[in-house]
Amino acid sequence: MLTFISRRLLQSLFVMLAVSLIAFALFRFVGDPVAQMVGQETSIEDQERIRERLGLNDSIPTQFVRFIGKLASADFGYSYRTRQPVSEMILTRLPATLELGFVSLLISLLIGIPAGIYTAIKRGGALANTLLVTTLVGISIPTFVIGIFLIYLFGVKLGWLPTFGRGDTIALGWWKTSFLTLDGLKSMLLPALTLGVYQLTLTMRLVRAEMQDVLKTDYIKFATARGINYRSLYFNHAFRNTLIPVITIIGLQLGGIIAFSIVTESVFQWPGMGLLFLDSIRYVDIPVMSVYLVLIAMMFVIINLIVDMLYFFIDPRVRLASEAN
Amino acid sequence: MALLEIIGLTVKFPTRFGNFTATNNVSLEVQAGEIHGLVGESGAGKTTIGAAVMGLLQSPGYIGSGSINLAGENLLALDNNQYHRVRGNRISMIFQDPQTSLNPLLTVADQLIETIRQHSDVTADDARTQAIQLLEETGLSDAKQRIDDYPHQFSGGMRQRVVIALALCTQPELIIADEPTTALDVSVQKQILALIRTLAKDRGVGFILITHDIGVISEITDQVTVLRSGRVIESGDTRQVLMQPTDNYTRALMAAVPRLEQRLHRFNNIVTDDSIIDGDDHWQVDGASAKLASDWLLSGHQSSDTGTTASTTPVLAVKDLEVTFQSGQPGWFQSRSGVKALSNINFDMHAGEVLGIVGESGSGKSTLAKSIVGLVDPSAGELRFRGQPLPPGSKRHRKHPVRREIQMIFQDPYSSLNNRLTVEQIIAEPIRFYKLARNRAHIRQLVASVLELVEMPQRAMLKYPHQFSGGQRQRIAVARALVARPDFLICDEPTSALDVSIQAQILNLLKDLQEAFGLSILFISHNLAVIRQMTDRLLVLKNGKLVEISNTDRFFREPAAPYSQQLLRETPSLSHLNAR
Amino acid sequence: MFTALRRYAIENELLYLFLHNRIAQLAALVALLCLGGAALAPWIAPYDPYDIASIDLLDSLLPPAWSEDGDTRFIIGTDDQGRDLFSAILYGTRLSLLVGLLSIGFASILGITVGVLAGYLGGRFDSIVMRIADVQLSLPAILTALLIDGIARGILPRESHDNLMIVVLTIAIGLSLWVNFARTARASTFVEKSKEYVQAAIIMGMHPLRIMVVHILPNILGPLMVILTIDLAVAILLEATLSFLGVGVPPNQPSLGTLIRIGTEYLFSGEWWVVLFPSLTLIIMIVAVNILGDFLRDALNPRLR
Repeated sequence: MLTFISRRLLQSLFVMLAVSLIAFALFRFVGDPVAQMVGQETSIEDQERIRERLGLNDSIPTQFVRFIGKLASADFGYSYRTRQPVSEMILTRLPATLELGFVSLLISLLIGIPAGIYTAIKRGGALANTLLVTTLVGISIPTFVIGIFLIYLFGVKLGWLPTFGRGDTIALGWWKTSFLTLDGLKSMLLPALTLGVYQLTLTMRLVRAEMQDVLKTDYIKFATARGINYRSLYFNHAFRNTLIPVITIIGLQLGGIIAFSIVTESVFQWPGMGLLFLDSIRYVDIPVMSVYLVLIAMMFVIINLIVDMLYFFIDPRVRLASEAN
Repeated sequence: MALLEIIGLTVKFPTRFGNFTATNNVSLEVQAGEIHGLVGESGAGKTTIGAAVMGLLQSPGYIGSGSINLAGENLLALDNNQYHRVRGNRISMIFQDPQTSLNPLLTVADQLIETIRQHSDVTADDARTQAIQLLEETGLSDAKQRIDDYPHQFSGGMRQRVVIALALCTQPELIIADEPTTALDVSVQKQILALIRTLAKDRGVGFILITHDIGVISEITDQVTVLRSGRVIESGDTRQVLMQPTDNYTRALMAAVPRLEQRLHRFNNIVTDDSIIDGDDHWQVDGASAKLASDWLLSGHQSSDTGTTASTTPVLAVKDLEVTFQSGQPGWFQSRSGVKALSNINFDMHAGEVLGIVGESGSGKSTLAKSIVGLVDPSAGELRFRGQPLPPGSKRHRKHPVRREIQMIFQDPYSSLNNRLTVEQIIAEPIRFYKLARNRAHIRQLVASVLELVEMPQRAMLKYPHQFSGGQRQRIAVARALVARPDFLICDEPTSALDVSIQAQILNLLKDLQEAFGLSILFISHNLAVIRQMTDRLLVLKNGKLVEISNTDRFFREPAAPYSQQLLRETPSLSHLNAR
Repeated sequence: MFTALRRYAIENELLYLFLHNRIAQLAALVALLCLGGAALAPWIAPYDPYDIASIDLLDSLLPPAWSEDGDTRFIIGTDDQGRDLFSAILYGTRLSLLVGLLSIGFASILGITVGVLAGYLGGRFDSIVMRIADVQLSLPAILTALLIDGIARGILPRESHDNLMIVVLTIAIGLSLWVNFARTARASTFVEKSKEYVQAAIIMGMHPLRIMVVHILPNILGPLMVILTIDLAVAILLEATLSFLGVGVPPNQPSLGTLIRIGTEYLFSGEWWVVLFPSLTLIIMIVAVNILGDFLRDALNPRLR
């Protein structure tokens, strides 16, 4: 277990290092950091002084090491656009994105997995076929079109739900949550649905494909030949064997959710990190871009680590192989 | 009353070529305590009968007509839920590959206890006790300790015992065993067959044993039904059917089975390969003929034989050969550890000789072949080809002459031909690559001629590999090896993927070619009977070590090493049919 | 028993399955129509939406021809600047498909080359490529595309940025999708390399490049075609999303995403057609491509039959 995890950690470290390098290159080489920080009227000498103070005249490796040191101590610098500390900007927006992502993941798994199992078992059935066609349309509709449609239907035509922003939130320390007010929950519904639909169809198609593969295996045939009841056959025998690929993809999907939250947040003006990132792209706000990049990669790495550890508990082959080492 | 009675069973599969009849009006009976063999080549419908009895026909297959009665009850009248209660409870099944027939995520105990409790009302503890008893009965000596292990912790033979325990744990009246020993080595096969025999006798379970292996049939079945293309050819007492077959097909089949106890000059009474190659029968390339190919091949040999090598120099000399495989990836802090696939191998091979290599899976047979052709680098030792040192594969120049002189014929004719090239392109490739022909027309002529030499119609060159049967594909593979004009041929299990009747044809062809061109052949097989038919001398490998080198005839009379004796003893043979 | 049948002609079988699959045929027809409409847009569009001279602001936001205030000159109405929506959609589809196809072309060539090499050579090259793919995978496609776009904005001066936007988009989308091709090509190459026909070619002493091109590549085209089709849908979707977010193609050359973005601003005041028709076109096009992708995957996957 220890060697297994340490190897994974090493790989994660590599990924983080690579992403930091990209972020650093972004920061250092895309546009002139000093020109962005100061106004037009600052003299060349002053600029040079700032340059010296920021250490931009040091060798590139030294700068990179310093960059990483700063990242590690959560010193993310200042936004070119708002002149605020990036860490502060991100911290105020992080809860919004995480809560949105969490709810949509919940939607996608709670509906997607059972629907996927159902369509695999009832292959060719009327409901299963309808569901399948629906998912095909589901993965084909761009997230923003779904958002627009939902806004039009529930916000404009029916007027049931808010279509803009987070609504009322309650602060728990620095974390502002939507979960504790009715208005917050109502505001959450449409964006979460928008973000969840695509992931839901993906989950369902994946679970279905994996289930179908497993149902063709010899051990399922053998279990059928032994007369194991269908419920146990499908859930205890078959579904359990699909868990490894399914968990892998769910891990990847979490990344997808965070990425597509950029779109959803833009449609619903949801004050999260995605919107922040989008603005930073529009205004070439490099510090925000690079920090966002590093944060996303870090989330991804953590998710992957958790996924790997889950393998460990699900699959005895992985578990016993590492014990043997 | 018979335990199982199949009457006029016809199973059909709708395909895009119309309805395919998998079994046609098949009738047979199985008594309690009897082992009934179903034997036939691929496409005979054996497996379909088993699946039909289980009620688990693969969709879109369906039963067109007939009935299946278990102890007088018509199973086909049951609805799906009722049928599902029969499965496991009254009929059970053993699959071919123990590697894939157990759920990898559940322990053996989980799987056994669940099955037992599915069909009888016992507590988990009682079920566990039963499960341990069963595992002991099927030959798992330390069942108590091992019952909580996962399937991947057992060896292949042990897994098959677990599978049998699972099939038995609900005390079914009938067990269908579909090729239960095909994936196992002979020594394990012998034990598993003995176990099935005992279970049938002691428990009075009826067995349907599905196999392509006549040796297995003769070893343990009481009754046998011979099938071909979905029809029953003949049925009856095993000894009767195998010794005095009344049908021509059965006779031809029996003649094609290689025997341990005698060497035949050629197999005769061959079953014709009835897969049709369509197209114009008279299609021909100008001037192409088997004679042309034969002359061309012989002229190539003379030129290479007039070298400086004296005929006494062995064509291949292997000295202290050792091959080590690195296990897994090297860690960050640990050095690489290796597994010795071959160690301390020494032998000489003479020109024109056929040398056999025998061994069970994992013995290093294929590794030996691979290190000669350069796919695997030896870690120590030396190879010499016609007296010249043979560099290891990674250092062997791409233009090294030995790359033409040694050719290889592989096991699986479905993977040894590139499906995206025509047969002409496949066979022409070596001719072009080694620059053996004068011009395009000549290449085309040679390809057609060589095809005829391996007894294929010339028009086969216009088609793609997937349009041929396994046997025909293997002929194409032989043709591809031949056109390089090799002196030395390595055949790695060239017939293990083929049906017996096709195997006989390919073996005959190889013998003809060997005689005509004086080829030296290294012939690898796990099948002792095939080795006996083909080789002059043989060497026995076990776990990467040389056990015995011997003249083939002497080996089968008086094997020297204890392992060889055991191997011979355990190989199913038809000889006891005479003795019994 | 069916192995012989199953091995029969992948090509013929594909054709057979296609001829017996109405939905796939319909999807192919729709895809062809989109492609045709896009390719022939300058000839079949009633107006040139890029031609400012032909646009009259008085015609802006006219509803479809069949509604009360409709104008027969504009079948499905006009947008906020008075452009004929039908023409704009044709040109928009042209742009969307162009970017989609170009970026998939770029991604597939890059990915397949790298993937086949990695799968065949193994060793250090393979592990480096796979590590890069890991890093890339930890950044979702849309993020990568946005990022590359952002970098391009930072590096290129404003004017040339707008002109080069299609190139930037193609590279951004292409780079975010190459990993799929590389991984598939690598895995398939790995399988093919262990097959005996490739071993035979290696034994012969054939040059590795020749083995990869003549023997391996034709045999791994099946799975690659599936990825190609499915990722074409993803590429079109990505382009639309980027344009919708306002970081894609410049507004004077609207793609479908840009049209939808413009349309949303008028949706709430009741001008539904401006957003509806481009959205429908986009969805129908992507559904068609996805149906074809699904069809190919099922048809080429023997395990599902």
